[in-house]
Amino acid sequence: MNKQSSLISPWRGPWTLLKKELLRFWRVAFQTVAAPVITALLYLLIFSHALESHVHVYDGVPYTSFLVPGLIMMSVLQNAFANSSSSLIQSKVMGNLVFVLLTPLTHLQFFVAFLVAAIIRGLVVGLCIFLVAMWFVDIHITHFWYLFAFALLGSALLGTFGIIAGIWADRFDQMAAFQNFIIMPLSFLSGVFYSIHSLPPFWQKLSHLNPFFYMIDGFRYGFFGKGDVSPLISLTIVGVSFFVLALITLKMLKSGYKLRA
Amino acid sequence: MNLNTALSRPQIMTHAIKINGLHKSFGGLHALKGIDLTIEQGEFFALLGPNGAGKSTLISILAGLIKADAGDVSVMGFDVVNQYQQARQLLGVVPQELVFDPFFNVREMLRFQAGYFGRGPENDAWVDEILEGLGLADKANTNMRKLSGGMKRRALIAQALAHKPPVIVLDEPTAGVDVELRQLMWEFIKKLNHQGHTIILTTHYLEEAEALCSRVGMMKQGEIVALDSTANLLNRFAGKQLRLTLGEVILPVSIQALLKNKDNGIYTFALNDMAQIEFVLSSLRAADIKVIDMQLSEADLEDVFMSLVGRPAVQVSI
Repeated sequence: MNKQSSLISPWRGPWTLLKKELLRFWRVAFQTVAAPVITALLYLLIFSHALESHVHVYDGVPYTSFLVPGLIMMSVLQNAFANSSSSLIQSKVMGNLVFVLLTPLTHLQFFVAFLVAAIIRGLVVGLCIFLVAMWFVDIHITHFWYLFAFALLGSALLGTFGIIAGIWADRFDQMAAFQNFIIMPLSFLSGVFYSIHSLPPFWQKLSHLNPFFYMIDGFRYGFFGKGDVSPLISLTIVGVSFFVLALITLKMLKSGYKLRA
Repeated sequence: MNLNTALSRPQIMTHAIKINGLHKSFGGLHALKGIDLTIEQGEFFALLGPNGAGKSTLISILAGLIKADAGDVSVMGFDVVNQYQQARQLLGVVPQELVFDPFFNVREMLRFQAGYFGRGPENDAWVDEILEGLGLADKANTNMRKLSGGMKRRALIAQALAHKPPVIVLDEPTAGVDVELRQLMWEFIKKLNHQGHTIILTTHYLEEAEALCSRVGMMKQGEIVALDSTANLLNRFAGKQLRLTLGEVILPVSIQALLKNKDNGIYTFALNDMAQIEFVLSSLRAADIKVIDMQLSEADLEDVFMSLVGRPAVQVSI
């Protein structure tokens, strides 16, 4: 026992869970990486051809170039959410979450492992879309650190939301409701395909209540140096939202809500 | 106290499991009614009882999957709530449900499971030993989805052992496993027990508990109704059984109190000791009743179970 205990590493537990989560999505990369990249590129192809000459966004920025950051960020957010939420609901429904619940992993280690895996999947998908889109669209990065900060915080926020959804949902249809009634409308109505300045005043105000709007607008600022609101305001809102959701998630995990009876 | 320091603490004087005044209710159902139980290190202990007796609830509290309403539970001296990291490090639990992760093969799952407990590549030799001991070596690189039910069950056991815990809880480990593989499994578990691992077993197969376990706890409706060594339980509750084929006769009054069962001219007497055999036979001779056939059998755990719980063993489950 003493010899064994000297070999126990406190970091290996959370690292193993992270590695397992990364391998889980990488084993089905065709579904988890390739499919969202193709979907985003199809959006780019169709919307740019249909709307390039009809929609005016920022001065000096073609509509197709405007579209690319929005599509990248939308995919980053959706995939970060999908990673943590689908892993948890699958493990719960199949019952194999017990293998993690029986271990000495703390609630913080559990949270960090699922969160980092979600961030990595979101960023991998976003990077792939960017690399492919670069071949078709003339696009340059103006403020890299803003772009990186929004991608990181945005994927962290949605990865955390995915953990909450995964803990709360007991069935796949409940998870689908999260996807279809919350994530999809919020991401489609966040300014991915348009600048909110082109909207009527009421819808502009409403858009300011949508956290996805700040993530996409801030991310877009990293490319063009232009946005609908100040990137610092957006960064603050996204950062505070992540902090609040992370606290809620940690509280849920610590109490064992829906995981430990 | 950090984990390594805690696990390095001498464990010689501590109990493997100590449960004090454990209560748990689910709504109006009082599932555990003040359980007190101590299991010593190195024991092979059976926890038996019918459906709804509270065994799974007890094991789930021990494993940290369910929170108790009142009472304390410790594993090798570590409280399962306040010192859960140390307690879980010392505990390996085989869940009752046949669950698996479809993304990975058997070896990957074992490495992950060991990794969750802080074990790295230095643990691989032990993983190989488990695979060999449980007859999984040739399935090590097979995806969990492609395993048969029996193989999945063994992979579950292997996962619980991956971090080499000193206390192992097996919740219905042989359900769905064929006889040959069951024997292989028990040989491996017995070997672990001989090496000093504490084994706690719940099973449908009472003959398994009788053959393997040195001590038995029987639960009924959230309470422990019997707790003793297997030998003492057999002596105390069941004794011996004498089956006599007599045909349709009227038994002498002196031995009617010993009669346990009558079926088609076969009379079964429950005896406390060997001296009662001669008493029964002499009473029959005196009444001029001829014995056509005679069988003497030792009672088994099923008889004990029946007398305590009042249900046939076929209904026994967790």
